[in-house]
Amino acid sequence: MKPKNPREIASHELPATPLDAATRAAREEKIQVAMIALCGCWGCTLSFLDMDENLLRLLEKVNITRSSLTDIKRIPHRCAIGFVEGGVANDENIETLEHFRENCDILISVGACAVWGGVPAMRNMVPLEDCFREAYLEVPTTEPRAPKRIPWHPDIPIITDRVYPCHEVVKMDYFIPGCPPDGEAIFKVLDDLVNGREVDLPTQINRYD
Amino acid sequence: MSVNITIDGLAVRADAGDTLVDVAADNGVYIPTLCYQRGRPCLGTCRVCSVRVNGNVMAACTVPVADGMEVEVNDPADMRKALVELLFAEGNHNCPSCEKSGRCELQVVGYEVGMMVSRFPYRFPLRDRETRPKKIWLENDRCIFCQRCVEFVRDRETGRRIFSIDHRGSRSRIVMDVALADRMSDQQVREAAELCPVGCILQKGLGYNDPIGRRRFEVRRLRQRVLEGEGQ
Repeated sequence: MKPKNPREIASHELPATPLDAATRAAREEKIQVAMIALCGCWGCTLSFLDMDENLLRLLEKVNITRSSLTDIKRIPHRCAIGFVEGGVANDENIETLEHFRENCDILISVGACAVWGGVPAMRNMVPLEDCFREAYLEVPTTEPRAPKRIPWHPDIPIITDRVYPCHEVVKMDYFIPGCPPDGEAIFKVLDDLVNGREVDLPTQINRYD
Repeated sequence: MSVNITIDGLAVRADAGDTLVDVAADNGVYIPTLCYQRGRPCLGTCRVCSVRVNGNVMAACTVPVADGMEVEVNDPADMRKALVELLFAEGNHNCPSCEKSGRCELQVVGYEVGMMVSRFPYRFPLRDRETRPKKIWLENDRCIFCQRCVEFVRDRETGRRIFSIDHRGSRSRIVMDVALADRMSDQQVREAAELCPVGCILQKGLGYNDPIGRRRFEVRRLRQRVLEGEGQ
């Protein structure tokens, strides 16, 4: 997938040593999954690793093209499943999420931040101006001699007025609540999808905290 | 006088005038409830126990059973779910940062109705907290207006109400009579905090006391408590 912005180069467009034919063929046969972390703490990715040996079962069937662990933002080729953690808090998040929507068949909101905004959404009750003042101007931990100013540069993503759940920006297909969800819950949903079953998260493993 | 009714096609015998939601629980049918507490007068504020009675949607905690009644519990399941989702969208229900998590009735009812996300836009309302009383405070943005505290928490001497609802519509908020609140005993404060189904009424100096995995509804699920009784 080529990035939309002509000045942007995706990591998969950079020169790299080609994979051997057998590995490449084996990967291409699998279900392609892309993962991304937006505005969150990456705890959901740690929970993903909490699947333990189930991760190995899952990896027999899926190939993870891009993950939060590598923090590579663009998807190299069309994916069946997109795993999104974190809410939308700046324009870079919006761009990345829209790129995921265009290039994934199914998108899953994973964790409280993606589902409703989560801990970052606690700033929704405070005007943005006050957030900036608290973070950059009246903060007790700044270097005393450093000039106190709110950083601004064209390369710094523009903060949105409030934190939005992913489904208020693009259509999301499934939701796994929890802060973070248990590895068991993430496995249940992914396993259902990979095996073509209807997604069902039982009450016993659903939680919001 | 005993009457015959059907609940989802199951023939049930009950005493005329018994509350439908209790009759269902006694016969192993769980109807999610939020404002209702067995043994206390019905409030009928949350409507989460809505079921179809003879074709009409009614809150099961408000319905006395009558002969020949036909009740469908499963049919308006999505409506009940929508009601719970509305409550989550209306206030700030940030479970990861809430003292009541694991003991919160709204949270467990969310699990019981299978809520993953609210279909309604989250409002993130700004409501001032009430922190003046010595032993108790109100996290107003968590209130779901069930009115349990309004009805059941009274000054022990005068019988006057300590809590009430101020304003109307989207501006409504729960308020507390600070002078009366300061006369509450520790025991009464604890009871009021436990009475609150969410983390709105909180006892000062208390929170996160039970470790995760040993909190009230993790030890025994809400459905079990309703169907098998609280005491077991």
